[in-house]
Amino acid sequence: MTAVPTTQPRIRTFSATPGQIALALAIAAFLFVFLVLPVTTVIYVAFTEKGTSTFTLVNFYDFVRTELFMRSLWNSFYVSAMSVVWASVLALPLAYVTTRFAFRGAAIVQTLGFLPLIMPPFVGAVAMQLFFGRNGSINLLLDDWFGFKIDFMEGLNGVIFVQSVHYFPFILINLSAALRNIDRAMEEAAQNLGSSGFRLFRRIVFPLALPGYLAGASLVFVKVFDDLATPLLLNVKDMLAPQAYLRVTSIGIADPMGYVISVVLIVASVLAMWLSALALKGRDYATTQRGGGGLARRVMRPHEAVFGYGVVILILALVLAPHLGLLLLSFATIWSFSPLPDAYTVAHYGRVFGESSLYIKNTLIYAALAGGIDVVLGVAIAYLVLRTKLIGREWLDWMASAALAIPGVVLGIGYLRTFYGITLPDGTPLAALWITIVLALAIRRLPYALRACHAALQQISVSLEEAAENLGATKARTVRRIVVPLMTGGILAGFVTSFATAAVELSATLMLVQSNSDAPLAYGLYVFMQSAAGRGPGAALGVVAVVLVALCTFLSHLIVERSQKAKGMGH
Amino acid sequence: MNANVSLTTPAVSVAIEGVNLSYGDNHVLKDVNLAIDPGEFFAFLGPSGCGKTTLLRLIAGFNRADTGRVAIGGQDISSQPPWKRDVGMVFQSYALWPHMSVRRNVAFGLEERGVKRAEIGRRVEAALGLVGLAHLAERRPSQLSGGQQQRVAVARTVAVEPKVLLLDEPLSNLDAKMRVQVRRELRDLQQRLGLTTIFVTHDQEEANSICDRIAVMNEGIVQQVGTPMELYERPANLFVAGFLGTANILEGRVVGSGAGRCFEIDGGTKFPIGEGAAVPDGAALVFRPQHAGLVDRAASQDGALSLPCVIANREFLGASVRYGVRIGGAELAVDMPFQSGHDLFDIGSSAWLRLSPHMLHWLPA
Repeated sequence: MTAVPTTQPRIRTFSATPGQIALALAIAAFLFVFLVLPVTTVIYVAFTEKGTSTFTLVNFYDFVRTELFMRSLWNSFYVSAMSVVWASVLALPLAYVTTRFAFRGAAIVQTLGFLPLIMPPFVGAVAMQLFFGRNGSINLLLDDWFGFKIDFMEGLNGVIFVQSVHYFPFILINLSAALRNIDRAMEEAAQNLGSSGFRLFRRIVFPLALPGYLAGASLVFVKVFDDLATPLLLNVKDMLAPQAYLRVTSIGIADPMGYVISVVLIVASVLAMWLSALALKGRDYATTQRGGGGLARRVMRPHEAVFGYGVVILILALVLAPHLGLLLLSFATIWSFSPLPDAYTVAHYGRVFGESSLYIKNTLIYAALAGGIDVVLGVAIAYLVLRTKLIGREWLDWMASAALAIPGVVLGIGYLRTFYGITLPDGTPLAALWITIVLALAIRRLPYALRACHAALQQISVSLEEAAENLGATKARTVRRIVVPLMTGGILAGFVTSFATAAVELSATLMLVQSNSDAPLAYGLYVFMQSAAGRGPGAALGVVAVVLVALCTFLSHLIVERSQKAKGMGH
Repeated sequence: MNANVSLTTPAVSVAIEGVNLSYGDNHVLKDVNLAIDPGEFFAFLGPSGCGKTTLLRLIAGFNRADTGRVAIGGQDISSQPPWKRDVGMVFQSYALWPHMSVRRNVAFGLEERGVKRAEIGRRVEAALGLVGLAHLAERRPSQLSGGQQQRVAVARTVAVEPKVLLLDEPLSNLDAKMRVQVRRELRDLQQRLGLTTIFVTHDQEEANSICDRIAVMNEGIVQQVGTPMELYERPANLFVAGFLGTANILEGRVVGSGAGRCFEIDGGTKFPIGEGAAVPDGAALVFRPQHAGLVDRAASQDGALSLPCVIANREFLGASVRYGVRIGGAELAVDMPFQSGHDLFDIGSSAWLRLSPHMLHWLPA
């Protein structure tokens, strides 16, 4: 991800107050203990001889020598790259059709495009197996009618399929935004000079949208590379993230291979982000806000419309299949070897709200706490960066944003290793407490919340704060009475992003959950989905998760809209 | 300028005939008819929202007329898409593609036309030489100043040797000083290429200083077409009179008849209507501030009109002093040349307004 340049409206000349310094130190300490320390511990262990503190590269030599690990590395790259390809295939037509043409339902397409993101990909994996698996609906019908089957869901193909359907919205969102931001005159100038049709797209439109596409594509690559639960659930073990998890859980936290794999995961993540940043260097085309807004929307000719709607409906059907499958599964008595369930029941929901309501409660607590920590840290860091001249304030920003490059499984391993040795008076290790899960979630989601808070604060004119100080408010009171109320929209947006994604996060939690009573919803889902008998209740739990997240997102959207309107800030 | 490649094409005429255009209920262009001569530097001048840019985009093919046609060199191009029209347009935002160097930007149109590589090289050099930017060919647009970007945009357009050059407010993104310089360069370039050029602007000074003829537009209607001098001296209506320079506009009614015919404004002051002067129904009296004068005593000589007035305010403009004077209920602007050492009229003092009857015009709304 490219660093957002922070243009400061005006830098005030006085140096920081003691309170600001204390705040900065507290944040730095928090980030150090819960992000830097676990990650450096992982790196340290990877580079030392087992049980000692002697520097060695032998662990990496072992990694390279082991056929399984090299195959896993290759598989992870292959799956990630192919997922980017297929996600692009899904996202490109949707983005292009909805931004370039007068397309009825463009808003619906864009909204539905978001849906996959609010469901953990491994949940979709189960539902997709029912539709596309060897004995899923599609293959049963194909077999009936034409006498052959297609292996959509076998091995790596299954992972690629599930991941591209799940993560393609990252490309859709970024690419659509990029396409919408292209100044219409850019396209018209090319037409005026004799360019049209596909040449125009290839030479002008796509190159200008490339930054948006690359931002989305690199995000997909990293997410797929780090994902742990989807391959495991599809019984694909020879990929890197699952290997790291399996090494640590089956052989133990003393085994260095889990750490070596973690280092490889970090390197791959950083590399992917660095490469995309490199490709984008000097290409941050701010072509908006000039002539006409966005590209001209053309009215489709009849045959184009038929084709366009056909493609869009096909893609949407594919993308929404996991949701539909999950819904059917949650109401199904038995669904096996048949295109649709045999009969329907609500018993699964009864079970979920009865014995499994603990998962829901835990999730709400964890995600809300993590979101809360994130916006508090986000506001504080944004304030220190934008409104003070504190030395090293950018370091806080960089440190918090660096969490983006740390895979969840790595953070989980780091927490286990770092905090397992520290015990409470009664002998329970720190790493076994549920609060550890909350902290891991908070660190993982901090970059998103920070971006939202940063953007919100940037929009507030410094003179509003100066006016308050001029009328006698101290800095702390100015923040409380002026800055925070004006940032409400951004803070809420940050909270919801953190909350919604933390609620379905599994990579780090899978490592850290020690007892079933502390487990969040995503973990419960994972446990349910592993047995055939648990799939019904699991699906019901999945539906609850999706509804929960969707509801929260919608509610916060309403609140933001209303508060913007009340402040007369709506556009 | 490269002597081998001239970048000139024979100048052609542009004809706009009976053009109407609506966006829904919004009638943007109303029966527009214009004939632009070959090699002419022609301006569409009017306030924002008058339809001038819409009309320009119509010629380029980015808008489609409901009725009427556009002909270039006598050939109807109304049904051709933008990329077939061969009319070069310089966009208000310049629309330089940020992902291409200056050279690639300028070469783009030639590449699209399938021109041979060597020829492209020569013509890009010639076009960049024409605007004096050959040394910046490898730069990215973002590395250029506003004035340089503007010149690249012009070079990119003239490199394809278009039949007609369209300029959409090309000076609006430049600062005041650059504007004067660039508009001279544009005029120079146009003269050298002999290219029929249409220039859209809301700034009367810009249009006056570089254009051969101007079409003044308001609310989708062409109000008047003429040379800058004609428009200034003989505006066809109140809008044109008010839009080009400052004008005193007085409403009133005709009283009396024959030689005693007068125009009485609100407040009772009467202006004699000269022999043969036409006063259309509902017309208002119009004269320019510099066509009136102020003196401190009534003296009737060479048929000039003398009216008592009171000085209401005074603005020093440098070369002249603009007085606001009250006559009856009306307030008028009068410009007097500034001469050092001469006393100015004080605010609140009485004076006499002198007017030559032949400087008075009666114009319809």
